[in-house]
Amino acid sequence: MGKMRGAIVVDTERCKGCEVCIVNCPTDTIGMAEEVNGKGYHYAYMKHPENCTGCANCAIVCPDGVITVYRVKTEK
Amino acid sequence: MDIKEIIQPENLVHKRTPLMTDATLSYCPGCGHGTAHHLVMEVIEEMGIQQDTIGIAPVGCSVLAYDFMDIDMSQAAHGRAPAVATGIKRLWPEKYVFTYQGDGDLAAIGTAETIHACNRGENIVIIFINNGIYGMTGGQMAPTTLEGMKSSTTPYGRDAKQMGHPLKITELVAQLPGTYYVTRQAVHKAGNVRKTRKAIMKAFEVQRDKKGLAFVEIVSNCNSGWKMTPNESNEWMEEHMFPFYPLGDIKVEGKIVKDLLKELM
Repeated sequence: MGKMRGAIVVDTERCKGCEVCIVNCPTDTIGMAEEVNGKGYHYAYMKHPENCTGCANCAIVCPDGVITVYRVKTEK
Repeated sequence: MDIKEIIQPENLVHKRTPLMTDATLSYCPGCGHGTAHHLVMEVIEEMGIQQDTIGIAPVGCSVLAYDFMDIDMSQAAHGRAPAVATGIKRLWPEKYVFTYQGDGDLAAIGTAETIHACNRGENIVIIFINNGIYGMTGGQMAPTTLEGMKSSTTPYGRDAKQMGHPLKITELVAQLPGTYYVTRQAVHKAGNVRKTRKAIMKAFEVQRDKKGLAFVEIVSNCNSGWKMTPNESNEWMEEHMFPFYPLGDIKVEGKIVKDLLKELM
């Protein structure tokens, strides 16, 4: 059976660093960056990109809609 | 597999709906309003009714909803959104009309408009965000504030003897004959967001089929008003708000599906 691999792209300037995506990520993919954006918020990024399955949970709970999700089925 | 290979247009599974404008949302970080906005717009996008939908923005935190939603919108006086929606829908029965209101707007100053619009069975959708507080003005007690809950005007907690009991307006309107679909949902977890999306979709379908009024309550957090971090406030909401405001459908196809008396005890 193929394994799902995913990736997210965060619109870092719009992210408000609320961390709701982190608790909704079932695979511990997302973390908060040490750096801050133009508004002074720490923004979400893929801390463990290899874990992401592209389930889109983070994106649908994001209040500011800053996360875009991609998913691909691998053969392995 | 390299991340760059995954991030390709053909692998896209979720992106921000184009029906939300590029304006940065004015809500606090982690506020459920943003999620609810996106859901309403996603449903309108999926139904392909952007040109035929008119929204009514309330007074409250979501007073600027017309800046964020890329549809025709009107602003109502505080609490009067259902009355404005009634007028628009009666003049334009083929349009989709919805109001987007908070608890201070819908359950306090607009109680009369809400109840009478529901009782008349106006063919509109009401989206009701319940966070148990007046968020915009600084976290004052709202009718929906829980007993014992602290707010800026109830620093020792709401005392039912002095300040009355919290108001379950959703259960109240469910008992009126004009409402066809009444439900209570949440948007803090991915599973809840998916259910809420279905509920909003159903509400707009009720309006399309001219069945009556659809009322969707979304229990939400107000982390600034509750003085918590977004995730703490979501946990607090699960622990304290949900026992009093239980999630789920209350009225489906004009029939009450929950034992309301049992819940009111």
